Amino acid sequence: MQPHIIMSFESSCDETSVAIIEDGEKILSNVVATQINSHKRFGGVVPEVASRHHIEQITICVEDAMKQADVSYDDIDAIAVTYGPGLVGALLIGVTAAKTIAWAHNIPLIPVNHISGHILASRFVTKINYPALALVVSGGHTELVLMKEEGDFKIIGETRDDAAGEAYDKVGRVLGINYPAGPKVDAMAAEGKDTFNFPRAMEKEDNFDFSFSGLKSAFLNTTHHADQIHEELDKNDLAASFQSAVVDVLVDKTTRALQEYPVSQLILAGGVAANKGLRSALEEKIDKIDTTELIKVPNKLCGDNAAMIGAAGYVMAKKNVFAGVDLNADPSLEFDLLEDEE
Amino acid sequence: MKVLSLDTSNRQLTVAILDDGQILATETTTVHQKHAEYLLPIIDELMTKVDLTPSDLQRVVVADGPGSYTGIRIATATAKTLAYTLGIELVGVSSLQTLALNIKQEGSLVMPIFDARNNNVFSGLYEIKNGVPENVLEDCHTDFDKWLDRIDIKDKTVYAVGTDAPHFEDALKNKFGDKVIFSDSFDNLPQAARLGLYGQTLSPVEYIHTFVPRYLRLTKAEADWKQNHPGEEVTSYVEKVN
Ligand SMILES: [Zn+2]
Repeated sequence: MQPHIIMSFESSCDETSVAIIEDGEKILSNVVATQINSHKRFGGVVPEVASRHHIEQITICVEDAMKQADVSYDDIDAIAVTYGPGLVGALLIGVTAAKTIAWAHNIPLIPVNHISGHILASRFVTKINYPALALVVSGGHTELVLMKEEGDFKIIGETRDDAAGEAYDKVGRVLGINYPAGPKVDAMAAEGKDTFNFPRAMEKEDNFDFSFSGLKSAFLNTTHHADQIHEELDKNDLAASFQSAVVDVLVDKTTRALQEYPVSQLILAGGVAANKGLRSALEEKIDKIDTTELIKVPNKLCGDNAAMIGAAGYVMAKKNVFAGVDLNADPSLEFDLLEDEE
Repeated sequence: MKVLSLDTSNRQLTVAILDDGQILATETTTVHQKHAEYLLPIIDELMTKVDLTPSDLQRVVVADGPGSYTGIRIATATAKTLAYTLGIELVGVSSLQTLALNIKQEGSLVMPIFDARNNNVFSGLYEIKNGVPENVLEDCHTDFDKWLDRIDIKDKTVYAVGTDAPHFEDALKNKFGDKVIFSDSFDNLPQAARLGLYGQTLSPVEYIHTFVPRYLRLTKAEADWKQNHPGEEVTSYVEKVN
């Protein structure tokens, strides 16, 4: 059964979102209720607070999404929902609401991996030619995903410690930037120069894994030392130096992955994919490889949203992936590693 | 009126389907906490067994807390979404009052208890009037000793109910002597059938969208924040971005 109209749900972190998607590539509505102002109070996402906001918002988002798309339940052929990875209490609200509506109206249910949603948000930009490679960078994830065919996701490299977005938030705190720090650090970096030469972690290692904890420590040591000797460091230079180190590692590992796995499309996805420094560095590099095209997910679809879950749900339905109303949240859901297959 | 009632506030999961005060089907499990996985399949199974489909339902009654945060959210999210999507009535009943519904002795007091660890409890005090428990002291999250200090039962009998009630047996006997009665293991369980019978007599919630669990407790992060930001209160922290 190939669904024409999909209703999709996303609630894995601090955004409650419901969307209506046509044929897996056209957004009829994409309602996103963000809790960022709430979590700003605490300097980061507090899981229990996130769950409480999701349950406040969920039916309102359903109503708005259906109104904006001008659809009724009779029009909806399938319901797609993020069931992991993410915060378990947060995921459970979307999963529960999606299952309940699926049960009430006898509509098929499609379980979706959140990361596949980030990647397949690219369907709203262009048709994907397989095999394709995706660099997913967000608050919780930094990974290189190889897709040999549609609906097949294998990890070829991932972070061994912090996600890139996490490192941004920690560094942002030191620079006096409120959560979430990414966009502001990006803006400051554009005004500064890479003068501190922070370490490029694992750049020389022969794998596609990332590590950002060493960079984070180097950054903290530098600022801490300056504090102790009462030296004022240029914050824009600090931001630029930090960002160059992150971007260098991401771009370097990605280009090496492209050498080993030549693909015609590289998809840049995830919340940090909106980062201007990362975008332009990757663009510059990919421009030189004429066999590979860089697909950038549009900024407004980089953050968590249900439209991307609808796009991924459409692809999973093609692969006949459906769930029953016993579907549970899986907070540590991950793709398989490519090496496990070989 | 066809009613679906449910409670997953704690370890127990209980579901019932009623029609005009007749109990058509009910199921209660007590041994695991796989509510997210089992709730809808159990509802579906019972509905099928009594030849009903979701669109036959006219009202959902839910025990909406206090209890395990995840547990009350699963029941509340299910009930809220179901009532909203089917366009039917929604009724929320305190999970403590749901337990108190097991006691029928007219004029006696009922103290349902959920253990919240470190000598803390969720509890409230009810009095049976005309066969139903009426609230006397509001449901709250409290230190158990402080809670007992607030209670004067005069010469009445007080029923301590809930599977956690025996955890506090010594303190309760100290305070109330032979006036405290502990229930058997059946009356210590929430019964969705009783919840449904009671819930069908109440008026439904006016705005389904704003229906949320009664947590009776701020998160620690919010409590700390409030302490550090006295008087600072924003009406909404959530905004639509699309
Ligand atoms: Zn995400």
